[in-house]
Amino acid sequence: MAALLKVPVSNKDHIQGNNNARITLVEYGDFQCPYCGQAYPIIKRVQEHFGSQLRFVFRNFPLTEIHQFAEMAAETAEFAAKHNRFWEMHDLLFENQANLGQDLLVELTQKLQLPVPDLMNSLQSSTFEEKIKQDFLGGVRSGVNGTPAFYINNVRFDESYDYDNLVLAIQRAQNV
Amino acid sequence: MGNVITPGTQAPDFTLPVTADQTLSLSELRGKPVIIAFYPADWSPVCSDQMALYNQILPEFRKFNAELLGISVDGVWCHNAFSESRHLHFCLLSDFEPKGNVAKKYGSFRAKEGICERSLFVIDKNGIVTWSYLSPVGENPGADGILEALSALPK
Repeated sequence: MAALLKVPVSNKDHIQGNNNARITLVEYGDFQCPYCGQAYPIIKRVQEHFGSQLRFVFRNFPLTEIHQFAEMAAETAEFAAKHNRFWEMHDLLFENQANLGQDLLVELTQKLQLPVPDLMNSLQSSTFEEKIKQDFLGGVRSGVNGTPAFYINNVRFDESYDYDNLVLAIQRAQNV
Repeated sequence: MGNVITPGTQAPDFTLPVTADQTLSLSELRGKPVIIAFYPADWSPVCSDQMALYNQILPEFRKFNAELLGISVDGVWCHNAFSESRHLHFCLLSDFEPKGNVAKKYGSFRAKEGICERSLFVIDKNGIVTWSYLSPVGENPGADGILEALSALPK
């Protein structure tokens, strides 16, 4: 039996799309994970396809022992979120994943015209570490077994996350 | 598929190499919960993801004072290289000679392929299995089951 999402979507989450949509797609992801990078344009297409029928949520699941910059990238996205720019940073991080490193994080922060000294402060004082850890632990309890992990209306999606499979699974959930 | 040993069973004791010149016995860990993860092979994609995940969750396991052991039929040097490359902070034991001998005792050996099943065991501080799970071999079982089993142990 597929695992279930144990932490309900709330206003603490990063939510994109119609908040009243019947379908919610939750991703647990890691900005340095190449598979999450591969999934990124697929999710964009899925979002376009379903439009206002779909709400998308991104939660942090950084595997910091194998991905050196995953935590820093997640903290940078959370920093952007504080300035209401989470999704722009999310997109930029995945679009520039190949060059991920501290220089890139600074560059992207400048690109969004956010204050770099504030970013450096929050990285140094681990301001967002707890939030990211809570995302991670909620994911563990929900049975996240690798990244990216997707949940469609609270049920883990266990097939391969290509476009056709995701569209079909979401359509099935719509018909429930 | 093997029949993994079930809750209520005394966990079979074993002594296995953990490095080229060190061994570890299950009985040495008596007094604290032990998680055993049998897995098919170092370096394979699913095993690598599974071990990386457990490595990341290790602090949560430690909150229950639990010790995590990974076991496969790979040799100690293979384990050593795998562990270093993934920065693993828990022991990988080598069920190499006689091959799969410990896995067999836990109903976790795939004789046809000569590898361990992907199976999980939670053993309480008295050495009794309190939870076991046999995963489809190509599927990463995650850690939610382990954490639930650890939470269910008496304090």
